[in-house]
Amino acid sequence: MPHINLPEGLPGISAGFAFRPETAKPMRELAHILLHEPNSLLPGERELIATYVSSRNCTTFCALSHGAAATNHLGDSSIVEQVKANFFEAPISPKLKALLVIAGKVQQDGKLVTEADVHAARTQGATDLEIHDTVLIAAAFSMYNRYVDGLATVQPTDPAMYAQMGKHLAENGYTTSSIRQPVGSL
Amino acid sequence: MPHIPLPSEHIGIRGAMAFRPETARPLNELVEILLTGPSTLSKGERELIATYVSSRNCTHFCASIHGAIAAAHLGGDETLVKQVKTDFTQANISPKLKALLTIAGRVQQDGKLVTTADVNAARNLGATDLEIHDTVLIAAAFCMYNRYVDGLGTVQPDDEALYRERGRMVARNGYVQTSKEYIGETEKNLTIQRG
Repeated sequence: MPHINLPEGLPGISAGFAFRPETAKPMRELAHILLHEPNSLLPGERELIATYVSSRNCTTFCALSHGAAATNHLGDSSIVEQVKANFFEAPISPKLKALLVIAGKVQQDGKLVTEADVHAARTQGATDLEIHDTVLIAAAFSMYNRYVDGLATVQPTDPAMYAQMGKHLAENGYTTSSIRQPVGSL
Repeated sequence: MPHIPLPSEHIGIRGAMAFRPETARPLNELVEILLTGPSTLSKGERELIATYVSSRNCTHFCASIHGAIAAAHLGGDETLVKQVKTDFTQANISPKLKALLTIAGRVQQDGKLVTTADVNAARNLGATDLEIHDTVLIAAAFCMYNRYVDGLGTVQPDDEALYRERGRMVARNGYVQTSKEYIGETEKNLTIQRG
């Protein structure tokens, strides 16, 4: 049960957003720019970074919803599972692997990112903007994850709900709610 | 030295925000609402929460600047800010704020560590749902800002006087207004540089 009186029937971050629309607006915009707007990193790659960080933070709602968005972009859920389990073995580019190393450091503590980590990413073709966005995506999900967990929001595990959300997020991004209907019997 | 070429005249998060004005806008809007918007928690109290979380994350720039902003809101009481950083349980702040700082400290580690007992304790001392919500989100947001500042290897000076001066300015003008001086002026140049 959530720690505060959040609107009923809304899972995860959507309950926090409905409770406080003022803060929801910039939080949605930030996610939209980082994950959805055109960029030299594909949306599927950026969703994998978000999924990886959320998975390391053990935040079910974020890991499953962004995993579903990544699956929609990539057309393959096995890549998402491999990235969560051991991204070194996943069929993704060496550049994305180098960026995931940086994201994993930021998830723990930004100070852990080394010159060597950044150099490795750059050697694989990562641009300054891609490195910046990787750091900020990982930092932002350190916020979203704590927000979702810290309010003790309801985090369902029903794959059908996440499949629908993932489709909406992949197609429309983050400026509108991806929850089509209240979730019953949580 | 920063991991990517950030404008050298801007320290801490300001360099990162000048590098990427598109994301700087929502980042500034969020902090503006949380720390300066209408709230039953005073601006000084909210800045203390931000300072405490940044201090626990050992992010020197954020802990120093938000400590300075908090002091500016609290009549220049830098001793109080230091007490909150070292041991808030002994600081001269309300029992309600102490209970909220307990929640913020849990969120700083992991949101799942917040217990029903923590929340009940805050509520028994008069905390509202909105205050609890905002405490969780301030703590969560500073886990982002801190990682952003540290993860890019931004320049974080030691000069206390610098933070004191800037803290007074931000306390007076707010975040969005202050950000215009470093987002606006560099946006055009950086767009050209980045191609």
